[in-house]
Amino acid sequence: MSFSWTRVKAILVKELNDYRRNRFVMVFTMTLLPLILIVVPTVQLLAAPAAEASSRLDSRVGLSLLYLLLIPAIVPSMVSAYTVIGEREQGTLEPILITPIRREEFLIGKALAILIPTLVVAYAIFGTFLAVAALFAHPGMRSAIFAGSHIPVQVVFTPLLAGWSIWVGIAISARSSDVRVAQQLSVFANLPPVAIVALMGFNVITPSTGLAVGLAAALLTVDALGWRAVAAMFDRERLIAGARS
Amino acid sequence: MNGLDETTAELERTSNRDHSGGQAALVVEHLTKRFGERVAFDDVSFQVGYGEVFGFLGPNGAGKTTTVRTLGTLIAPSSGSATVAGVPLSAANGPAIRARISIMPESPGLYLRLTVSENLRCFAGLYELDDIPGRIERALRAVNLLERAGDPCGSLSKGLRQRVALARALLNDPAVLFLDEPTSGLDPVAAHDVHELIVTLRERGVTIFLTTHRLEEAERLCHRVAILNTTLRLVGRPDELREQLFNQALEVRVRDSLEDPGAVLDGLPGVDGWKQSARGGYELAVSDPEIAAPAVARALVGAGADILFLAESRHSLEDVYLQLIDEDVEVKRR
Repeated sequence: MSFSWTRVKAILVKELNDYRRNRFVMVFTMTLLPLILIVVPTVQLLAAPAAEASSRLDSRVGLSLLYLLLIPAIVPSMVSAYTVIGEREQGTLEPILITPIRREEFLIGKALAILIPTLVVAYAIFGTFLAVAALFAHPGMRSAIFAGSHIPVQVVFTPLLAGWSIWVGIAISARSSDVRVAQQLSVFANLPPVAIVALMGFNVITPSTGLAVGLAAALLTVDALGWRAVAAMFDRERLIAGARS
Repeated sequence: MNGLDETTAELERTSNRDHSGGQAALVVEHLTKRFGERVAFDDVSFQVGYGEVFGFLGPNGAGKTTTVRTLGTLIAPSSGSATVAGVPLSAANGPAIRARISIMPESPGLYLRLTVSENLRCFAGLYELDDIPGRIERALRAVNLLERAGDPCGSLSKGLRQRVALARALLNDPAVLFLDEPTSGLDPVAAHDVHELIVTLRERGVTIFLTTHRLEEAERLCHRVAILNTTLRLVGRPDELREQLFNQALEVRVRDSLEDPGAVLDGLPGVDGWKQSARGGYELAVSDPEIAAPAVARALVGAGADILFLAESRHSLEDVYLQLIDEDVEVKRR
């Protein structure tokens, strides 16, 4: 039996239906949390003095966009930490694993179900930020946002960071024995990539095209290989029986 | 050919769901599973024919669920071999085996925010079934739940959730249906409903592997049963097991005790021995009740006794089970 996108789709549709009816996910994780994360960038944007030096403006934009990059880092981690251990705790993992599904299909279905709404929310929030900038920011700030490489960086790093966050969250979820522990660990696990982006935002690490491409390539590699690594950590027997022979 | 083989062969002849040209649905040979030092089950061997309802009995912790999970390829055996629905048990054959079977775990494991229909649609997709709406309708009709298809599973009672889980297990028309404690935690009415569903499936020729510790359930539903207590203690039809463990006996009660029971009962045809029973009657060990019973009746009447009761002693499956488990406890104590 080969890899089946039909089975991936079955998991994806089930997950999206489940999120749609989960108030915590819809209200807190997908709505309130992103809205909280857009407040600081918007204030940064609107409070900037018109006469501010261009280097200060650039730093302000970097900080604002860093906040927006927290959305693809944090939102998926809240959900992905639940994916395996949550199913196990509610008793739904065993019926799923009894079917012919392969662990790779299960994991990719789960990952896509987190990635799709995360991208919708993250890009919607970013679009809102750009709209506010276009309408209300002073010309210097507008120029700093739209003329530089900030927009392509944001567009590229949003799915890459989300991918990292999802695979790390699922890996932790597959090895944890408690949902709360899994959620806390997966938030911490997102600190390394966010820290690098933050250091670039504050010019501690000088941002350059080479560094950005290198970081993007590293994240892309992790994302592409993530499902293989997580699949290797997905021990059907330990998850079902709670023990290993 | 022993009794076990005869039963299997008969079931194979009469089954209308023989998916493998006459082979047994399950062939288990010396299967063992250990978790470190702990032995879940040891050296288990049995066969189940297509169309057979096979009961797997044992106390909590006997290894019943682990056996089901092992045969369902969720857990790898430590040693031994098995063929499940015609496919040799191995990790590589896991998806192929799981496509041919269904397991209904003890807990229904439904997505409570999703409707009954959405739950089933997800699993139909996982089995890559065609005509998904038709399959769902047939499965829900089989468990009398068609009118609740649009209800969220969270709004259903425990008994109804169990029925949804059974419908889910029927979606892929499995060659072997494993039911793991299907009535656990259900009230008598809900348990009775599940029993009726199993009877219906049995009449349709579905091969069922039923784990339970409800002995009346096994006795009522199963063609054959196995008793597991880490090792397999017995396999056979319930009446065979009774005969293997207990001597045949007649129970006699008379209005007034016999003055000299030995003079009346000793040496009667078919009677091997007798003893006074706790209820003031007599319990007779017999080689053939059909020969012994008339002889005993004639002897008692001849001795002037008024017979109140004369019948073959019936040992239940529960007696068999308790006898075996008591033996195990006794062995461990020594």
